[in-house]
Amino acid sequence: MPDLSNLPYEQAIFYLVSALAVGCALAMILSKNAVHAALFMVANFGLVAVLYLLLRASFIATIQVIVYAGAIMVLFLFVIMMLNVQEADPRSSRGPQDRLFTLGSLAPLLGLGLLGALAYVALGVKQPAATSGGLVFANIQDVGALLFTRYLYPFEITSLLLLVAMIGAVVLAKRR
Amino acid sequence: MSEDILLIVIKVAVLIVILLTVVAYTVYVERRIMARMQSRIGPNRVGPFGLLQPLADILKLIFKEDLTPAGADKVTYFLAPALAAITGLAAFAVIPFGNTIDLFGIKVNLFIADINVGLLYLFAMSSLAVYGIVLAGWSSNNKYSLLGGVRSSAQMISYELPLGLALVSVVLAAGSLSLGDIVKAQANLWFIVQQPLSFVIYFICAIAETNRAPFDLPEAETELIAGYHTEYSSLKWALFFLAEYMAVITVSATAVTIFFGGWQGPFLPGWLWFVIKLSGFIFFFTWMRATLPRLRFDQLMRLGWKVLLPLAALNLVVIAGLVAAMGG
Repeated sequence: MPDLSNLPYEQAIFYLVSALAVGCALAMILSKNAVHAALFMVANFGLVAVLYLLLRASFIATIQVIVYAGAIMVLFLFVIMMLNVQEADPRSSRGPQDRLFTLGSLAPLLGLGLLGALAYVALGVKQPAATSGGLVFANIQDVGALLFTRYLYPFEITSLLLLVAMIGAVVLAKRR
Repeated sequence: MSEDILLIVIKVAVLIVILLTVVAYTVYVERRIMARMQSRIGPNRVGPFGLLQPLADILKLIFKEDLTPAGADKVTYFLAPALAAITGLAAFAVIPFGNTIDLFGIKVNLFIADINVGLLYLFAMSSLAVYGIVLAGWSSNNKYSLLGGVRSSAQMISYELPLGLALVSVVLAAGSLSLGDIVKAQANLWFIVQQPLSFVIYFICAIAETNRAPFDLPEAETELIAGYHTEYSSLKWALFFLAEYMAVITVSATAVTIFFGGWQGPFLPGWLWFVIKLSGFIFFFTWMRATLPRLRFDQLMRLGWKVLLPLAALNLVVIAGLVAAMGG
């Protein structure tokens, strides 16, 4: 693998990929066709994986592609195709209008809250020390060691949570 | 640095040309061998022994009319075959197909990129390959295509899990995800000898991943016409064909690299050993296609979830125990 620290125009690549990623995210929200939205999301995941590569985190980048683009989004697409979701137009929807209205008025509030939280985190981040060229950041050994030492309990609890969710899904599916 | 990039670009271009040729002749060899197995003659009219048949087929495909169904989702319909072909070709980038050779005084490594997560990259490409098929099925606006696409995605998702578990057991024994390191770890003993069960699980899952017989349900003619590519014609159809045979070559090359010592072998140069082993696998794929009947869908799912997945998990636990016991 060519050493990425010598890659020319690294900044240019970073800005290009970031802009494309944001563009794909916007396109996902704005597209009316559910399958197209899912595809824009896949593209977004792929571009974020490129950003991880620029950070020399090749392991995280590959896992991003396998788990998000390869597994989760395929399942999403599967469900969308099976249910045959039609193009959604909220203006023409006939539903319990009152409830829809209260939920709709909540959305900007929630969005603002999320934006605030993001801004808080982004402003609070200390500029990390510049990574030296030889450092391989977040490779598989580092991730594994951290997961099984410092973050052992969160890791185990997450796996327990997933197991519970899986058993719950099986129970619910069996009952029907 | 710039020379490095130039070398990589040349290697990529040469490899793509070689792979396309290999795909074309894999189809030819398969037709000839299957014909022999079924007491037929097979293509033998174009050129000596019919050797120019692939060329004739490609020319024919180029001049066919390129149809797009009226109700199709145009962009996705266009994108799907490209996605299938690109993921198929890109997967080959990490496979080491020979030792370092001297060419005009330059040392050339016979792989595109020996990245330290090579195996995961292969896995990522094969999981992305689902998109080509699913999107083709959905965008064609044809119920047989859709059923074929849905079937194939269910099949590929189901068989990816035992496939991954089988590969993890090899990674545990080799202690690395880099395919170059995995090949070197087999200098004395191939992993097929150490872990025969991992290989059997891997290979069954690999056949299912490539949608080949006896797991070729996504294109079961009697039920689904041609499955996900029913509506495709001309070069778009050729791209799906390319993707399918590329997948066969890639999983065979992966099996050679991970279980059969890669390019290593006595006397002959590395790349020749690689070609010999790879040819063996491609012959095996053909042999199976001519021999085995197609499974039913419920049989396929039962085999994947109730037999292969528990077996692969058990295999992983035993091998992890052995590796830990030997202080690996």
